[in-house]
Amino acid sequence: MKEPITKSNYKEYVFEVSPKSSHLKNLFWAFTVGGTICAIGQGFIELYKYLGVEAELASALASATLVVITALLTGVGVYDKLGRFAGAGSTIPITGFSNAVVSPALEFRSEGYIYGLGAKMFLIAGPVIVNGVFFSVFIALLVMLFGG
Amino acid sequence: MSYYKNRTLVFKNSYIAEGYTVAGPKENDGRYKGCFDLSLSDDMFGEKTFEKAERRMFEHAINGAIAKANLTIDHIDAVFGGDLLNQIVSCAFAMRNVHSGFFGLYNACATFVESLILGAGMLNNGLENVLCVSGSHFSTAERQYRYPLELGVLRSPVTQWTATGVGCSVLTSRPQSECPKILKATVGRVVDYEIMDTNNMGAAMAPAAVDTFETFLHDTKSKASDYDIVITGDLGKLGGDIFMDLLGRKGIDISGRYLDCGASLYFDSQQTYQGGSGAACSALVFNSEILNNLNRGKYKKAVLIGTGALMSPTTSFQGESIPAIAHLVQIDRR
Repeated sequence: MKEPITKSNYKEYVFEVSPKSSHLKNLFWAFTVGGTICAIGQGFIELYKYLGVEAELASALASATLVVITALLTGVGVYDKLGRFAGAGSTIPITGFSNAVVSPALEFRSEGYIYGLGAKMFLIAGPVIVNGVFFSVFIALLVMLFGG
Repeated sequence: MSYYKNRTLVFKNSYIAEGYTVAGPKENDGRYKGCFDLSLSDDMFGEKTFEKAERRMFEHAINGAIAKANLTIDHIDAVFGGDLLNQIVSCAFAMRNVHSGFFGLYNACATFVESLILGAGMLNNGLENVLCVSGSHFSTAERQYRYPLELGVLRSPVTQWTATGVGCSVLTSRPQSECPKILKATVGRVVDYEIMDTNNMGAAMAPAAVDTFETFLHDTKSKASDYDIVITGDLGKLGGDIFMDLLGRKGIDISGRYLDCGASLYFDSQQTYQGGSGAACSALVFNSEILNNLNRGKYKKAVLIGTGALMSPTTSFQGESIPAIAHLVQIDRR
């Protein structure tokens, strides 16, 4: 008979028997989907520049376009299916941010516009914004003090 | 009602007259296609919110079970039931239109077996007919326990899929015809083997199931081979394998006579990874497939173990491990 499993060695045992995610597969899809989203974004930048928009404004317009497209794709239930296999490839680009704001907004709409949609809209994206602002200020302070 | 020990009970007159199931669309596309009394083509069930849909499934299952057993609501002394939502609102709100006594229960996915134990016990204390009902809805559970539905996230390979559906059993102390009998029960205790990963609920619950099953065999002085089938609620594929392995290491062999409701609910192609979970799992599979097999005499002695993970998102975020519970009933065909 195999060695008995007790509370003390159970965690190691579970780690051993649990199936692991395939890193190679996850990396491949994250790279492919993330790369494709970025390529589409670049496409929009080039399009706007071709239409005579300034380079800086063209980038902002391209981001806004991606956000709107993702919001629509989230609404019709496509983006979550993409995220199921693309992982970080679809969460890290600005499209992931759009998805993180629109999905709770849709979900909590049933609890009203103020306490549902309004309060829960930044449920997922909120921590990203708070930490983003906090660390950018922190880094800026470091640069100001030591960077010269 | 008498006791073997502190945790194992023996019932005298507790029979399962009828079972009724309402299943979601994904569940009816699974392995038990066509076994359910009502299958929804749309998981909104004609309602405006998923919560209302879940409540309507409860209403439907309760009324359906009563009608199927040739009874009316006036025959039902009490209803034992619960669901996964905070304050068990789906079941409680469905009871607004049912004027029987109501015991609202929560033991996560072990709620169905908990309700069978309490219902069977009350029948031994003078009640005549009781209902035991339990269910869950993927879309309401997902937002309470995890993420919004439309958020694109990578799912871990150890996750399970919360089943959509409601199962309801009619228990009676005076059966009209021959029907399966709830003979014994072992009450579960809370077991925590310090699993932290809320995706891996099968692993968190398996030690509780082992504890309860081992206690049951010990208290009743029986062997695993005395039973035609050992059924667990929603350990899933991984949890079921761990359950079998842990029992094997204690010298208890259940291979060839084991079924997990969650692991068997869906096909692999439905991409639920480790299978189904949720309060609906055992209620759905028991009240359809298992009860049919008991009535047809395919199973003469069955053991049903409901398994529940008792964490909430708050406790998980506060860094607590996952406590689990498993309740057991032995059901015999006379």
